[in-house]
Amino acid sequence: MSSRIFGSRIRRREDPRLITGSAVYTGDIELPGMVHAAMLRCGHAHARITRIATEQAEAAPGVVAVYTGVDTDGVLQPMPCAWLLPDAELKIAPYPCIAKDVVRYTGDVVAVVVAESAHEAYDALDLIEVDYEPLPAVIDPEEAARAGAPELHAKDINGDDISGNQAFHWTVAGGGDVELAFAEAEADGVVIKERILQQRLIPNAMETRGAVAQYNRATGELTLWNTTQNPHILRFLCSVVTGVPEDKLRVIAPEVGGGFGSKIAAYPADFVTVFCAMRLGRPVKWIESRSENYQATTHGRDHVQDVELAATKDGRITGLRCTVYAGMGAYLSTAAPGIPTILHGLMLSGCYTIPALKEDVYGVYTNGVPVEAYRGAGRPEATFILERLVDMLANRLGMDPADVRIKNFIPKFDDGHEVVTTLNYDSGDYPGALSKLLEHTGYRALRERQRAGPSNGKYMGLGLTSYVEICGLGPSQVAGAIGFQGGLWESAIVRFHPTGKVHVFIGASPHGQGEETTFAQIVASEIGVDVADVKIFHGDTDSTPMGWGTYGSRTTAVGGAALALAVRKIRDKAKVVAAHLLEASVEDMDYEDGKFFVKGSPDRAKTIQDVALMANVAWTLPEGVEAGLEATTFYDPPNFVFPYGAHLAVVEVDARTGHVELTGYTALDDCGPQINPTIVEGQVHGGVVQGVGQALWEGAAYDESGQLVTGSMLDYALPRADQLPDLDVISTVTPSPHHPLGVKGVGEAGTIASTAAVYNAVMDALRPLGVTRVDMPLTPERVWRAIQEAQGS
Amino acid sequence: MKVPVRITVNGRRFEHEVEPRLLLAHYIRDLGGLTGTKVGCDTSQCGSCTVLIDGVSAKSCTTLAVQADGANVTTIEGLADGDALHPLQESFWDRHGLQCGFCTPGMILAAYELLRTNASPSDAEIRHGLEGNLCRCTGYQNIVRAVRDAAAQMAAADQ
Amino acid sequence: MFAADFDYYRAGSVAEAGQLLAQHPGAKLLAGGHSLIPLLKLRLAVPPALIDIGRVAELRDIALEGGGLRIGALATHAEIARSDAVREHAAALAEAAGQIGDPAVRNRGTIGGNVAHADPASDLPAVLVALGATLAVTGQGGERSIDAGDFFTGVMMTSLGEDELLTSVRIPSAAGRGTAYVKFSHPASRYAVIGVAASVALDAGPGESVCTDASVAIGGLVPGPVRCSAVEEALKGRAPSGEALAAAAAAVAQDLGGDLLGDVFASADYRGAVAPVYVERAIAAAAGRATQA
Repeated sequence: MSSRIFGSRIRRREDPRLITGSAVYTGDIELPGMVHAAMLRCGHAHARITRIATEQAEAAPGVVAVYTGVDTDGVLQPMPCAWLLPDAELKIAPYPCIAKDVVRYTGDVVAVVVAESAHEAYDALDLIEVDYEPLPAVIDPEEAARAGAPELHAKDINGDDISGNQAFHWTVAGGGDVELAFAEAEADGVVIKERILQQRLIPNAMETRGAVAQYNRATGELTLWNTTQNPHILRFLCSVVTGVPEDKLRVIAPEVGGGFGSKIAAYPADFVTVFCAMRLGRPVKWIESRSENYQATTHGRDHVQDVELAATKDGRITGLRCTVYAGMGAYLSTAAPGIPTILHGLMLSGCYTIPALKEDVYGVYTNGVPVEAYRGAGRPEATFILERLVDMLANRLGMDPADVRIKNFIPKFDDGHEVVTTLNYDSGDYPGALSKLLEHTGYRALRERQRAGPSNGKYMGLGLTSYVEICGLGPSQVAGAIGFQGGLWESAIVRFHPTGKVHVFIGASPHGQGEETTFAQIVASEIGVDVADVKIFHGDTDSTPMGWGTYGSRTTAVGGAALALAVRKIRDKAKVVAAHLLEASVEDMDYEDGKFFVKGSPDRAKTIQDVALMANVAWTLPEGVEAGLEATTFYDPPNFVFPYGAHLAVVEVDARTGHVELTGYTALDDCGPQINPTIVEGQVHGGVVQGVGQALWEGAAYDESGQLVTGSMLDYALPRADQLPDLDVISTVTPSPHHPLGVKGVGEAGTIASTAAVYNAVMDALRPLGVTRVDMPLTPERVWRAIQEAQGS
Repeated sequence: MKVPVRITVNGRRFEHEVEPRLLLAHYIRDLGGLTGTKVGCDTSQCGSCTVLIDGVSAKSCTTLAVQADGANVTTIEGLADGDALHPLQESFWDRHGLQCGFCTPGMILAAYELLRTNASPSDAEIRHGLEGNLCRCTGYQNIVRAVRDAAAQMAAADQ
Repeated sequence: MFAADFDYYRAGSVAEAGQLLAQHPGAKLLAGGHSLIPLLKLRLAVPPALIDIGRVAELRDIALEGGGLRIGALATHAEIARSDAVREHAAALAEAAGQIGDPAVRNRGTIGGNVAHADPASDLPAVLVALGATLAVTGQGGERSIDAGDFFTGVMMTSLGEDELLTSVRIPSAAGRGTAYVKFSHPASRYAVIGVAASVALDAGPGESVCTDASVAIGGLVPGPVRCSAVEEALKGRAPSGEALAAAAAAVAQDLGGDLLGDVFASADYRGAVAPVYVERAIAAAAGRATQA
């Protein structure tokens, strides 16, 4: 890192197009002859289709075609699930692109209309007649697992029985005898038990999902523009489902308006759009409405957790035992089985030394929208368990929550630490992070202020979270071992043009995270070119090398490493060329800030631009050196990276009405060296607020019949600017020992920490009133009711 | 039924015959060919479609094109003065007030409205002024900073 | 997302609007469209035609007239919120108008459209009832005036006739009194879960001032706005603070009766239980603004 560009707060290079309205998102694409598709969603949580009549719709003005499951059956293969969790009795239910017989959630597609205009397509939807025989529905995952619950699927894709709606049963156990730890704690220690509901959340990327498909009948080539976080994975899945060979299939993720996990999965509607384009030979556009997005695009979380912590009387944790019912929704979405298991259970020891641990996770089919990764994906649910239990332990023992954390932290380490779940954390200083946070926020003084008691019926509360997360997914060998049907490496091609300008082709596909900027900063810092001279290409499977997607805070951690290593290859070659031009031996060469020179003679240097020109024109090159200045790297990380931090939330609760106000929030995060601190802070801000949303406002609610009650933005409450305080964001820097740049990831950190911090703060505020638990979101009514119950009225 | 409408968008005059049900947002995007204006919801909550009608902010997804007949509409594409970005565009860029960019056109125009009616807002007033615009990426933190900066720059430029 | 098709007629005057209404049975009036267009988009309303009165200039004014306010049906929430006349003579109305939706909604939404739509979760109905407003309407049978208290008859139902058009809202001046609107907003829709408007007159005693007259109305809990006469009665002659105020506010339970609205966010029980807190806060805020006569 010779150049100061690494770590500088340069403005984002993607912004000029975004602030002027000239960026092109999927919905902005117009093609000659394009027609518009609208999906008929069944609107039933569970029902048998007894009749579909499409004649009227077909005859409606502007309608080009109407298709149902009869048309797609056997043409479109069932939706694949791509995370085949081993040793978990995984049962994958068949997931047709268009339902023909039974519908299992309100967003199941039963027909598609294609018309000359979107208006006409939607008009015709109303003319399709479908008769349904309603079936009993179940939404709550624990209820769905009980005997006698409505059963969604009889058989899995292999013809094996599915019983009790169980999609899988996964277990993690590590360390000593957990039963013994609890027996000892029952006898001579403390046991804390809690039931935690991690409610269903709707991701709400501001851009809804959509697809544009164009098929050339003459060549058999298909182009699919899609709002995806992982165009290469989608190309593969699209090939499997539609039968278009991968070499004739081009997937483009144009500008993508946020994802948060909801644009990882492949969706039936994407492939139905492709089907229409192939049938009709005309480009077809399908763009989801927001209400449709709520019914059809994957949700997140949905855990029912029973958790127990064993500890000694002086506050040392001795064991953790959890049972989780994880709602999967009606079908297993692309990566769904890995979320409440691998990404959750393996992180259950968090920042603490926990000698014995066991968790059972039951993945359960329900009549809800399929559940997928949602920002944090499994880790917020794990962090919440620990951070809540630690606070409860502190309360039981009359200790300050900070002190219980300090007592149980893994001590500082900088080159590996294996935890009870067998993960090998790379580097961390959890005590250091918390103590810096406490000092920065004046935590002990805030506690003093709190002791003064409520003012005007308003109770102050403080909530801490200490967290460590797993990201930079991940070594491909591990991916294989855990059943992920793909690799998790990343690749980059770096190409120098004769004038010294650089093109970077990268498989990762950012969608708001700013890597067009940070990747250029990596190139600039590694080889001394201007950021302005580097162009980053991503999101088009025809022009970029294979990539495994942007999720799990892995794009900078893995893609960035691939890029840095590719640039270093170029630097090595450039050194050889420069030595040749300077008639020196390579061993005598030195490099600094884009200049190659003989050691001790920096004034007689060849710049990287000089070398690029000569390598490209190739008039004189060293013996055996190929022309051109280009390198490709495939980077498969040796381990995951483990960012961490500590957050503090301060709230005020109006005991008369139950209203919670978040009055202060401080985040300390350590994601290693920061390539662009402004972008890092932006990731933290957004992540924190998403987690605050879960604690206070957000939750997908269903009624008894399985209808989504929070079916639009009128009912599902997203955080708004006027509900939030100024966020204070600070950091520490602990490099990852195994990463070429030392960097970790930061995309999910805020969300992983903030839900528990805010929840702990509210419970802290309510302690004097005798309240110990309230289900999320902490709406005024729920808080008020808990107060009433605790007060015995 | 089709109704003739004349709408000037960013200084360019358009004449069309439209169905009365056509929303201004779709008019601007589909007939005006200006796709900077986004549609992020269907219940008037998200503010992504915010434009200026005769200089005043409006949700173009909750306005029929026929209602804007005869009006001057400004969209995000019309905010810059040639190559010179509007101070709000500059400050959103400077302050990292956007990430995925989808809410940004509406957010910037909502901020424009705020500064039109209150040239030097407090942070609380900025937050209230943006209550009708949802952003899922930024947590609003840097948007507030960007609006604060733009207000200061615009005030300095006026002096 | 896309409305069903409908016909469209633009009225240039109140008279023309009346004629168009008569000619097109089932047609809906379009003012700012901020109540109607969302329903059209979700196809919850499928009228055969809209009659656009948005350009009828005679309906726009906010004026002082005979010691009170006359607010044209097309006055927008933003215009009302920042009108000096409204702030002086009906502060609670300006306060409520300034809390509807968001700035862009307030720029186009109109008082007439809001009131005629009669959403139980709307902010303005309770304010108009508390301030003793009357609504001027015109139709085939000529002009008439309806007390705000008689106008709202149920969920999205009013005493407005099929052929009638709301032209203006008249509000007696509350100068000298204190008025206020306090709202518990739904975090998603921003509509009122509970909205309380109060208008309070205080006496000019040497000691602690007492309430000589109060007018209080509440919205959000029942299909229409409710005048809180039990609260008003309990407040009369008492100080609008402390225990007296709390006791008076508690009387809102009698005014509301037993049959309250509820939803997944806030149940009927909860709304009823915390309503007194909002009544108390609205009265306290109004009293704080009252000049002691």
